[in-house]
Amino acid sequence: MSPEKPQESKKNGLAIFWEEFSRSNFLVIFLAIFTGIILGGVLVAVTTPEVYDAFKVSFFAGIGKAFMTAVNTYGALLTGAIGNPEKIQAAFASGDPLLIRRAINPFFESLVQTTPYIFAGLSVALGFRVGLFNIGAEGQIYIGALTGVWAGYAIPGLPPIIHIPVAMLCGALGGAMWGFVPGLLKAKTGAHEVITTIMMNYIAFRFSDWLLKGPMADPTEVTPKTPWILESAQLPQLFANPIRFHIGFFIALLMAFLVYLLLFKTTWGMELRMVGSNTNAAQYAGINVTSRTVIAMVLAGGLAGMAGANEVLGVNHRLIPAFSSGYGFDSIALALLGKSHPLGVVLSALLFGFLRNGARSMQLTVGVPIDIVSILQALILAFIAAPAIIRTIYRLKTPKHTEDIVSLRSWKG
Amino acid sequence: MAPVLELRGITKRFPGVLANDHIDLTVEKGEIHALLGENGAGKTTLMNILYGLYHPDEGDILVNGIKANIKSPIDAIKAGVGMVHQHFMLVPVFTVTENVMLGEEFTKYGGVLDRSLAAKKVQEISDKYNLNIDPNAYIKDMPVGLQQRVEIIKLLFREANILIMDEPTAVLTPQEVTELFKIMQTLIDQGKSIIFITHKLGEVLECANKITVIRGGKVVGSTDPKTASMNDLANMMVGREVKLEVDKAPQKIGDTVLEVQDLKVLDPRGGIAIDSINFEVKAGEVLGIAGVQGNGQTELVRSLTGLLTPIDGTVTLNGQDITHSNPRQITELGTAHIPEDRQKDGLVLSLPISDNLVLNTYYLKPYSKGIWLDQKVIIETGENLVKSFDIRTPSVFTTASSLSGGNQQKIIVAREFSRPIKLLIASQPTRGLDVGSIEYIHKRLLEKRDEGCAVLLVSTELDEVMQLSDRIAVLYRGKIIAIVDGKTATKEQLGLLMAGITGETEKMSL
Repeated sequence: MSPEKPQESKKNGLAIFWEEFSRSNFLVIFLAIFTGIILGGVLVAVTTPEVYDAFKVSFFAGIGKAFMTAVNTYGALLTGAIGNPEKIQAAFASGDPLLIRRAINPFFESLVQTTPYIFAGLSVALGFRVGLFNIGAEGQIYIGALTGVWAGYAIPGLPPIIHIPVAMLCGALGGAMWGFVPGLLKAKTGAHEVITTIMMNYIAFRFSDWLLKGPMADPTEVTPKTPWILESAQLPQLFANPIRFHIGFFIALLMAFLVYLLLFKTTWGMELRMVGSNTNAAQYAGINVTSRTVIAMVLAGGLAGMAGANEVLGVNHRLIPAFSSGYGFDSIALALLGKSHPLGVVLSALLFGFLRNGARSMQLTVGVPIDIVSILQALILAFIAAPAIIRTIYRLKTPKHTEDIVSLRSWKG
Repeated sequence: MAPVLELRGITKRFPGVLANDHIDLTVEKGEIHALLGENGAGKTTLMNILYGLYHPDEGDILVNGIKANIKSPIDAIKAGVGMVHQHFMLVPVFTVTENVMLGEEFTKYGGVLDRSLAAKKVQEISDKYNLNIDPNAYIKDMPVGLQQRVEIIKLLFREANILIMDEPTAVLTPQEVTELFKIMQTLIDQGKSIIFITHKLGEVLECANKITVIRGGKVVGSTDPKTASMNDLANMMVGREVKLEVDKAPQKIGDTVLEVQDLKVLDPRGGIAIDSINFEVKAGEVLGIAGVQGNGQTELVRSLTGLLTPIDGTVTLNGQDITHSNPRQITELGTAHIPEDRQKDGLVLSLPISDNLVLNTYYLKPYSKGIWLDQKVIIETGENLVKSFDIRTPSVFTTASSLSGGNQQKIIVAREFSRPIKLLIASQPTRGLDVGSIEYIHKRLLEKRDEGCAVLLVSTELDEVMQLSDRIAVLYRGKIIAIVDGKTATKEQLGLLMAGITGETEKMSL
C-alpha cells in the first residue's frame, strides 16, 4: 500500500543523479544549516559581555544589542570568507592589480581551504558508500603528505608536467597504503575498521614526527621540517601573490567527478554500493565482498592521501609537524552532511572551507573565537544526524521511507 | 450484554492511502474471530490501532461497551487487549518466569525481584489453560510451539481478555497447529476472546467462530465458518475468482540436473546442519523439501548456491562438480535462486528496481560495456520486466524498499526467470505473501518445470510442498528421513515425518 504518483518513466542521467541526491532530503539539510546558524548566533550573543550590559539598560536594548552582535559576527564571517564588497569595488575602481588581488583574496583563500576538504570528504564518503567508517582519513592525509613531499623534493630533473602528477600519485599511493592495512585486517580477520583506522592514525602521527626529525629533516633548519619541494612539483597558482589559489581545487573537482563516475556509472561502483547497502545480497549476487572491502579502503586512503599531497604541493611547499588542522576528522562530518554523494561532498566542503576561512578574519575583526565554527559544524551535524529534530521544529512531514543516511554494515550486528 | 470489543468506523489515512476505511468489527465474549485479508489489506494497521501503536483518524474503540482511549500499548493492556506478535518478543537466556514478569516485575523487601511468587502465578495460569509450561525452563531450550505459549502466558499474566494473534501458525508444524487450536479453544471456554489474523483459509474454517474479511481497507463481509467454503473466502479476499488448486501438467522427466551426494554442512555456530544427505533433481520435476523451519533448510540451500562451503560430500550440476564453486560460477551455469529471505539476501532495498532486476547480471552484456554500466539498457530491461511480470510500481526508479512483499518477490522472480536456467532453487518462495501473489508464483514455478527446468522447492508450508512437488523429501534435523511420491503423500504422513517419527511410515525410495 505504497502511495505513489505515477511519474514519467524516461529520465536522463542528470535527472537520476539529481534524484539520487535529493532523495536524501535536501530540505532537511538546508534547514539544518539554517538552524545551526541561528543557534550559533544566539550562542555568540549570550557569550558577549556587552549584551548583558545592554540588558541592564532595558530589555529591548539588550535584545537589540544581542541581535546586532550576532549580525556583526556573521557579517565579519561573511566578509572574511568572500571579501568586502566595498573594498572590492574600490580596488577595481583604482585599477591597481595588487589592490584588486588583495580585495578578492578572501574568496580564493576560501577555495584553498575547501580543496583538502573535498579530497578528504570524498575519502570518507566513498567508505560510507561501501559501509565502511573510515576514521583514518587524518592519518592517511599525513602519510599522503609525507610521500607527496618526498616525491616533491627528492626527485630532481623532472618537468612539471610529469613531476606534479608523480608527486600527487605518490601522495595517493601513501594514503592508499595506509588504507590498505585496515581494509586487509577487516577482510581477513574481521577487525573493525573504526578501531584499526584510529590506531593507524596514531602510527601515522608518530611516524611523521620521527621522519621530520630524522630521515626527512631539512638539515639547515632547527625545527623539524622537510626541505622545500622543487619548483617543478609545485601545483601552479593561477594568480600572483597574495592569492594562493592553485590548480589543486580543480584536481579535487575532477576527483569528485571521477568518484561519481566510479560509484554510479561503472560495474565496480555498482558492486561497491551493493556491498555497502546489503552485504548478504552482494554475496548472493556473486560479488567477492572481501576484495571489495579492501579495494574500497585503498581508494578511500588514496583520496585522503591526495588531500595531504595537495597541501604540501599547493600551499605549504614543505611538510611541518601538525600541518593538518583536523581535515580528516572534519571530513567525517562533511561526508555525512553531503549524504556521501560526491556532489554533496563538494557542496559541504565549500561550506566548511568558507566557514573556516571566514572565521579566521572574524576572530581578528570582532574578536569572536574561531571555535564558533566548530560549534556551528557540530550543531549542523547534530541536526543532520537527528533529522527528527528538524522535522519537529519546522513541522515537516515524515518521509514515507526510513531514511538511511549511512548504513554501516558492521554495526548492524 | 455488550460485546467485549467493538470497533466503530475506524478510519486511518496515511499520506495518499486510506489504510482503514470505516471499519466496523464486533468481537463477542468467548469467540475466536478470524480476521482474514491479503497483505496490505489493512488488517495489521487495524490491529496496530487496537494495540495503541497508531491513532485512528476517525472512529471509536469500545471495550465492554465503554469507549476506550487507547494511545499506547500500555493503555491497550490496561483495557485488556494483548497481542501475540508473529516474531516472538522473548529473551532466550531468561526463564519463562523472567520473560513473563519483564516489565511487570513482582518485588519484595522494597525492590528485590520475587521470582517465586511470579513463578507460582505462571504455574497457575499454565494449569488453568492447559498450557503445560515449566515456569523455570529457559526459552532457548524450548521448541517454537512452547515459546508461543509463553507469549500467551505473558498476556494472561497481564490479565488480557482479548488476545490478538498475528499469524500464529506460520512457524508451527501441523501437529503444533492442532495443539494451538486446542489451547485457543480452552482460552475461549474460560471466557477469553481471540482475534486471529491469518491468510490461511483452511485454518480459519477449522477454528474460527466468526470470519471477517478485509480488502483494500474495507470490511468486505462477515461469514460463518460453518457455511463458508475455501473458494468463497479466497474470492472475497482477493476480489476475483482465485484458483486454489494448482493445475499440474503431466510430468516429462529428463536427465538428472542436480545431484547431491553425502553432503555435510555446518551451521554458523559449528554444529552439523546438514548430515550426509543424498538426493537428485531431474529436469522437468519439482522436488519439494518439506520440514519444520530450522532443520537445515537454510544451510542446504546456501551450500547448493555457493554461499556456504560444505565440509564433505559433492554437489554436481549437469555433471559438473560445483561443491566448491562460488555463487557467480553457479549462477553462470544456469542456476536461479529465490532466497528464503528476500529482503536480506535477494534485494538491495535502497537501490532502484531497475538495478535490482540486474543484481547478478549487471556485469554481463548488454547491461555493461567493459566497466561501464549501460543505464539505458538496464532501465529498458527493467521496464520490460516490470510489464511482463506485472510488478506494481510507479516506475523502475522507485527503490525496492517501497514495494509490498509480493511485488518485491516478483522482482526476484522476474530477475531469476528472465535468463536461461536449468536449475531453480526456490526457498520459501511465498513466505508472507497474499493469496494472489502465491497463485502467481506457483504458476510461474510450474511453468519452469514444464519448460524442462529442474526445480528444488524448499518450503515449510506443507500445503505448498504438497501442491507443487512431484516428489517430496522430508528434512528432519539435517537428515532426509524419507522421500515420498508427491501424488500419494498425505498430510498426516508428512506431518509425522516432519516431527521425526518414521515408525509407522515405511521409508519409500523412488
